[in-house]
Amino acid sequence: MSAQATVPQVHSGSLSWGVHPDDRKQLSADAPIEVLPTPAQVRVPLLQHLGAPNEAVVKPRTAVAWGDVLGRSDAFVSAPVHAPIAGKTARVGAVTLPNGRRVAAVPIKADGEQVEGRALFDAIYGGPWPHDEIPDDPRAIVAAVREAGIVGLGGAAFPTHVKLSVREDRPIHTLILNGAECEPYLTADYRLMLEAPEPIVAGALAAARAVGAQQIAIAIEDNKPAAIGEMKRAVAGTPIRVVELTTRYPMGGERQLIYAVTGLVVPTGGLPLDVGVVVMNVGTAAAVARAVLRGKPLTHRIVSVTGEGIATPKNLLVPIGVSYAELVACCGGLTPDATRAVAGGPMMGFTLGSLDIPVTKGTSGLTVLTDSTIKKAPETNCVRCGRCVDVCPIRLVPTRIALAARHKAWDIARAYHITACIECGCCAYTCPANIPLTQLIRMGKAELPRS
Amino acid sequence: MHDEFRTLEATAESAGGAAPMPALRVAPSPHIADPSLTTARMMIDVLIGLAPVIAMSVWVFRWYAVLQIVIATLSCLAAEALATSMRRRALTLGDFSAAVTGVILGLSLPWSAPWYVGVIAGFIAIGLGKAVFGGLGYNVFNPAMVGRAFVMIAFPGALGAAAYQAQGVALHVVTEATPLTLAKQSAIATDWWPLFLGTVNGSLGETSALACLLGGLWLCLRRTASWEIPASIVGTVAVLAGIGQLVRPDSPMTLAHHLLGGALLFGAFFIATDPVTSPLTFRGKVVFGIGIGVLVWLIRTFSGYPEGVMFAVLVMNAVTPLLNRWVYPDPLGGPAPAPKS
Ligand code: SF4
Ligand code: SF4
Repeated sequence: MSAQATVPQVHSGSLSWGVHPDDRKQLSADAPIEVLPTPAQVRVPLLQHLGAPNEAVVKPRTAVAWGDVLGRSDAFVSAPVHAPIAGKTARVGAVTLPNGRRVAAVPIKADGEQVEGRALFDAIYGGPWPHDEIPDDPRAIVAAVREAGIVGLGGAAFPTHVKLSVREDRPIHTLILNGAECEPYLTADYRLMLEAPEPIVAGALAAARAVGAQQIAIAIEDNKPAAIGEMKRAVAGTPIRVVELTTRYPMGGERQLIYAVTGLVVPTGGLPLDVGVVVMNVGTAAAVARAVLRGKPLTHRIVSVTGEGIATPKNLLVPIGVSYAELVACCGGLTPDATRAVAGGPMMGFTLGSLDIPVTKGTSGLTVLTDSTIKKAPETNCVRCGRCVDVCPIRLVPTRIALAARHKAWDIARAYHITACIECGCCAYTCPANIPLTQLIRMGKAELPRS
Repeated sequence: MHDEFRTLEATAESAGGAAPMPALRVAPSPHIADPSLTTARMMIDVLIGLAPVIAMSVWVFRWYAVLQIVIATLSCLAAEALATSMRRRALTLGDFSAAVTGVILGLSLPWSAPWYVGVIAGFIAIGLGKAVFGGLGYNVFNPAMVGRAFVMIAFPGALGAAAYQAQGVALHVVTEATPLTLAKQSAIATDWWPLFLGTVNGSLGETSALACLLGGLWLCLRRTASWEIPASIVGTVAVLAGIGQLVRPDSPMTLAHHLLGGALLFGAFFIATDPVTSPLTFRGKVVFGIGIGVLVWLIRTFSGYPEGVMFAVLVMNAVTPLLNRWVYPDPLGGPAPAPKS
């Protein structure tokens, strides 16, 4: 059987499940990327990815330059962390990340000459990105990506070099760059596609070479026509195709994206590589380009600081490890009615109990919501309207699973495939009875006995 | 050394700015909900969908219709208030579900029903049909149909075929029997145009196919009613009645009678689509609809009753919990792999 014959052509796509929340992107969509002034200090968590934690490799009170390695691990599924600013380290302390995990972090006090403002933006996203300088050897590309500490910047924070390391028995035919940015409010990827399409294209070519993909697609939701135009212009002369997606949450979920663009279904419990596809966020691709072509690590990222609870929503280029409080201060502070600060978007993000938490590689945004945006009608009994069933992108029966989880009826929860839930939030978003379906299912997945 | 880290943390805190910090609350995602979807909103949708049906019934049956609808609705509201206060629960009139039950019940009665029939049906609908199961969401049977079935058995004279017909009333339509009775017992076929428009005898809400289609299609567009249910009911009856007409071309129960006469459209759009008592999944809804369609056709064709929508819905309501357990889809990507032990 020839693998060639079974490769489906990438195409524009749509999703018949999911929901269509008011995207509120207008709050920050037109704010050009601004560079956050160098903070007085950062705290760089040693574990920002899915996988093994890093060991600190710098002593306290040592001077570090921008890009120096702060922590690394020998484990394959891990990603080193680097100094985002020049300065002096302090003793490793603990920070609590938005997902509730307490991890060690290396504090750095800013000291000495810093690259700032436009110069910083240009160093990371500007300048030429010569495609012919991408190494021919896939292993060289993977090694550069690994050394740069790149993880999925869309939020999952899975080490990118692991994704790019192809296994013999699992050939990859398609690379999809995820520019869907389907979470409401967030505009970080949108601004990046508008303002720095070239490194995205270069990163896509490098990643495709690393995995040996025959086709590359950049998938963008059709509510971002400017980004589609800009990317189409940037891919001219390359084999990359820009495909439009209908706007629907959770289009940016890996499974949904692969289904919409190729028609392939990733098996439950499996990975995209099981169907020969690698999905990579557009921001990740830009980081890959910088690692491969310039040998520079991932130390900064773009964060949308937005929501009705933020005085002046902005898209900021920030050093990893900076406190959310500084981002908020740079955006004019919180409005008096701000009640919920979410790391990420409102559908899947984690709330912050305090703003004194460092930004990590996986932070795509800070969405601050007000009482009026999160207001809910009181919960009633399930009226069995089936809307949760209609919207579930995995085709589950959320009401049965959630109520089984609430009553700890684990065999029912399992019979209805509780573990296949991707926690996208569509069912809870849509439920007219306002039952916290996703929350109950998530809790159930955590409590589910092993057998 | 340890202190040094503390200081760093403390300075980071103060970097938040001078403005007083609003209290940030922690909660699991998702953090937003569709503001246009609430239980009450769905029920109000149904009332809006019923508006053309109510209007048509008032036009055809004048104040008889007004009276029946008002009596049934007030009885249901009173019964709901009584039931919730007996169970010491917060009053649930605000979810409008009792009002929906009342209006549908009123529309399913004949114009001539004595006032106490509506009252008893209302109290039975809410009390036996809903409250004893634990309230909205837990009931197995459509409450309005429970109420109607009860009075139909308790007061056969007031709800039988004869109750529809009367002479000497200032209503033109009631001088003749209902179209299905006419077809069944006297082999007289009514023209399809009056059937479609609704200027014929029958229960208050069922006569006008036009009004049911208008309100029902709107409900489906709003997705308050699942289109799968009316589509499969009407489709099934159309197929069976079509075959019947081919086999017995001389029968007065024509395809048009099956589809436009009686309570088929009213039942398909407004009764069978009650979310609580119909299945959750696409396949479940289709099986449910086909079941109702087959039962309606069987009862109309072979039983002594001219109409079968009520019994068909009640029977399929009883099957719904089973359907929910039988027909649910595998997740996209296949069943979840067994847990590793
Ligand atoms: S959306 Fe809510 S009310 Fe409707 S079936 Fe699902 S859980 Fe029940
Ligand atoms: S059950 Fe899970 S996958 Fe399905 S809609 Fe709800 S959160 Fe999303």
